[in-house]
Amino acid sequence: MTTSVTRHKTWRVGKDVDTDQLAPGAYMKFGIDEIAKHCLQGVRPDFAAGVVRGDVLVADRNFGIGSSREQAAAALVHLGVHAVIAPNFNGLYFRNAFNVGLLLITCERATEIEEGEAITLDLPGRRIVKADGECLPCAEVPDFLMDMVQAGGLLNLLKRRLADGSLARHPMRA
Amino acid sequence: MAIMTLAQKLLAAASGCTSVAVGDIVTCNVDLAMFHDSSGPRRLKPMLQELGTGLWDRDKVVLVMDHYVPESDDESRRIVRIARDWAKEQALPHVYDSMGICHVVVPEHGHIRPGMFCVGGDSHSPTGGAFGAYMFGVGSTEMLGVVTSGEIWIQVPETLAMQWNGHLQRGVTAKDMALAMIGRFGMSGGRYQAAEFCGSAVKSLSMQERMTLSNMSAELGSQVGLIAPDQTTLDYLHDAGVPGAKDIDISHWQTDIGATVVCHEFDASTLAPQVAAPHSPANAAPVGEYGNTAIQVAYIGACTGAKLEDLRAAADILRGKKVASGTTLMVAPASVRDQQRAQEEGVMNVLIDAGAQVLPNSCGACSGYGGSIAEGANVISTTARNFKGRMGADTAQVFLASPYTVASSAVAGHIVDPREVMA
Repeated sequence: MTTSVTRHKTWRVGKDVDTDQLAPGAYMKFGIDEIAKHCLQGVRPDFAAGVVRGDVLVADRNFGIGSSREQAAAALVHLGVHAVIAPNFNGLYFRNAFNVGLLLITCERATEIEEGEAITLDLPGRRIVKADGECLPCAEVPDFLMDMVQAGGLLNLLKRRLADGSLARHPMRA
Repeated sequence: MAIMTLAQKLLAAASGCTSVAVGDIVTCNVDLAMFHDSSGPRRLKPMLQELGTGLWDRDKVVLVMDHYVPESDDESRRIVRIARDWAKEQALPHVYDSMGICHVVVPEHGHIRPGMFCVGGDSHSPTGGAFGAYMFGVGSTEMLGVVTSGEIWIQVPETLAMQWNGHLQRGVTAKDMALAMIGRFGMSGGRYQAAEFCGSAVKSLSMQERMTLSNMSAELGSQVGLIAPDQTTLDYLHDAGVPGAKDIDISHWQTDIGATVVCHEFDASTLAPQVAAPHSPANAAPVGEYGNTAIQVAYIGACTGAKLEDLRAAADILRGKKVASGTTLMVAPASVRDQQRAQEEGVMNVLIDAGAQVLPNSCGACSGYGGSIAEGANVISTTARNFKGRMGADTAQVFLASPYTVASSAVAGHIVDPREVMA
């Protein structure tokens, strides 16, 4: 694993952040650039405009409950969010996030991280180091999911598999 | 033979293994991939073009146009046109355009059968678990992986046996059972494991009621919501025109005695109708706790709340009655077929005579994609979710309940226990 230790600024949100908050239904007919502008507008109206590439989002329990719309994860990728840290994630959201290249880190003590805090992600060490040096243990991200994030999502992995012949091509029609 | 749960047997079959253990990560062969106009072609087509490959098996693909129909603006017209054009290009054999909501239309055409392994491009795909199939929701990119490879990875789940003993009272439904479980365990209570609904109260549910139960596995946070197939399942499939339905061998598709499960028991006979307060299905409580909340909009719609049996339930309440002044009742039957049958039975006329507005057979206000409800309104709805803004209005207060409770509340003009109205 080549993951390095990285530093990030945090944005805090609460529990039960649902997919309608991440990708509001009224904007679902548009592309990801438009959806991303409205990401979390109900709970953090300052987020979409203020988030900077490399920032991490820190949430309380049940992040990503609701719909299968992967735009709820892709919007965060589009905004440059490096990772989401929460005590637990909705299972369908968890799959979607990695499939679109968004890193999710399960950390039971996520809520001890403060708004705007500069934290260090130490994935090889399976820990988050807070600004004051305190370490929060986090769950291991399986290698195959880490590969997915590093590839930039499943689409790129499929490209690789088609190129190396491990996935057969089918006729495209039209 | 190893002793296994129904979930393990389904995953063993799909992965070509003799047995699988909880926690194993297995690659499964997909028997059916379902998606709709929102999650499907508009997302899949450009990605397939980028990859330069096509569908692994178009016979195993089902496309349903249900989210952006009827088209209301240029964007929705564009999205639905992409779906229609792509269906033609790909010569898809199974397309249901404006026939109703995917989770209802796909089973009613017999596509989901015991023992199958299915994925759906929609979070309410666990509905298929009602047929003893392993079916769950995925996003569009993961669906891309499925339609290009025919495979998907799964971590073999634990089974949470939700055992409902006794029998439901009149006026109490599968929706109330679902809300009660979500209220008790929360929206992550299912831990993305396999829920299996069992016990005498589940056995006596009709297929459509079972579908409601499995559907709301999404709100329980389980990956699937399985129900072991029985004669009720086979009778439904026979009615749906599945050849040889009565002879399908279902003996294998049962959780073995002695298999390891986490069991939760419930007493159906004491279950009161449930209402989930804004803004979470997990805010479910007995209807009495919300009595007298004034209601401006009553909505009977969605895959989980407007099937034929839901319409019949509403008609039981509304027969000979009128919706209260100051309250609007909207009914969006979940499929064309269910609406036709409701029409033939006189059910639609009862609803209309009571003052209901009938809306198109689509996801409608449930998804908040199209027509929405008014700002500031108190809404009682048979849909599955009441997240803030979900139905298109940020200031709306949406309560979730069964069709009996929604219809009763529409008549009363406030939330009311349907058992009082039926007495």
